Amino acid sequence: MRIPILKLYNYLLISVQTELDDQTAIQFQEDLLNEIHKTGSSGVVIDLTSVEIIDSFIAKVLGDVVTMSDLMGAKVVLTGIQPAVAMTLIELGIHLKNVPTALDLEQGLVKLRQELGE
Amino acid sequence: MNSSPSYININKEWDIVAARQLARDMSKKLGAGTVDQARIATAVSELARNIYLYAIDGKIYIEAIEKMERRGIRIVAEDNGPGIPDISLVMEDGYSTSGGLGAGLPGVKRLMDEFNITSEEGKGTIINTIKWVR
Repeated sequence: MRIPILKLYNYLLISVQTELDDQTAIQFQEDLLNEIHKTGSSGVVIDLTSVEIIDSFIAKVLGDVVTMSDLMGAKVVLTGIQPAVAMTLIELGIHLKNVPTALDLEQGLVKLRQELGE
Repeated sequence: MNSSPSYININKEWDIVAARQLARDMSKKLGAGTVDQARIATAVSELARNIYLYAIDGKIYIEAIEKMERRGIRIVAEDNGPGIPDISLVMEDGYSTSGGLGAGLPGVKRLMDEFNITSEEGKGTIINTIKWVR
């Protein structure tokens, strides 16, 4: 299973629509970094509106991909985290500090522009 | 009236997803709200991953239960792995041997209402948890 990565101007947009198993998550991490490198994109929005479960492993992969992208010079914003997912993550003890987030895709793009000073 | 438990063998990565999907379906059928569904499914995901990472092989049992007019879901994670030498250590927040986030068992305990763990070195581990549906 591959998660599609769309290019929009100098941004990359991802809407995760599938149940995230470990392999899909790791593959996505690699695909996204390659895509940033290939397209020279400065910003990424990962929309998680359809994701119903984020466990500690998936959270780690998402947190890592934000840091890795940052290392390459691209900003990542996570959007659309469901109320149930937010509650579960905090109870689990996962705080995803230093990860930029926004309510939805639209606000995610606004946040990206702010972060990039555009 | 307790139904017979469903179970999933955990010995490959995809079994983790299968276990949490079953947990989600069963908690939904039981009338759990979306937050409790997420809590239960996430707890199962963590327990199944522990089996896969540390014990290689084990089972997750998921069962609808009813006790004193309360309905709930019981999750039992059972493996024949190496066992846990020091349970108090793995129940500390932030403790991890796998380089993960260390959410592990203390996280599962917080997500569920009842949590019990027994482990014997060289024999395996049994974790028994319940979430009551409100």
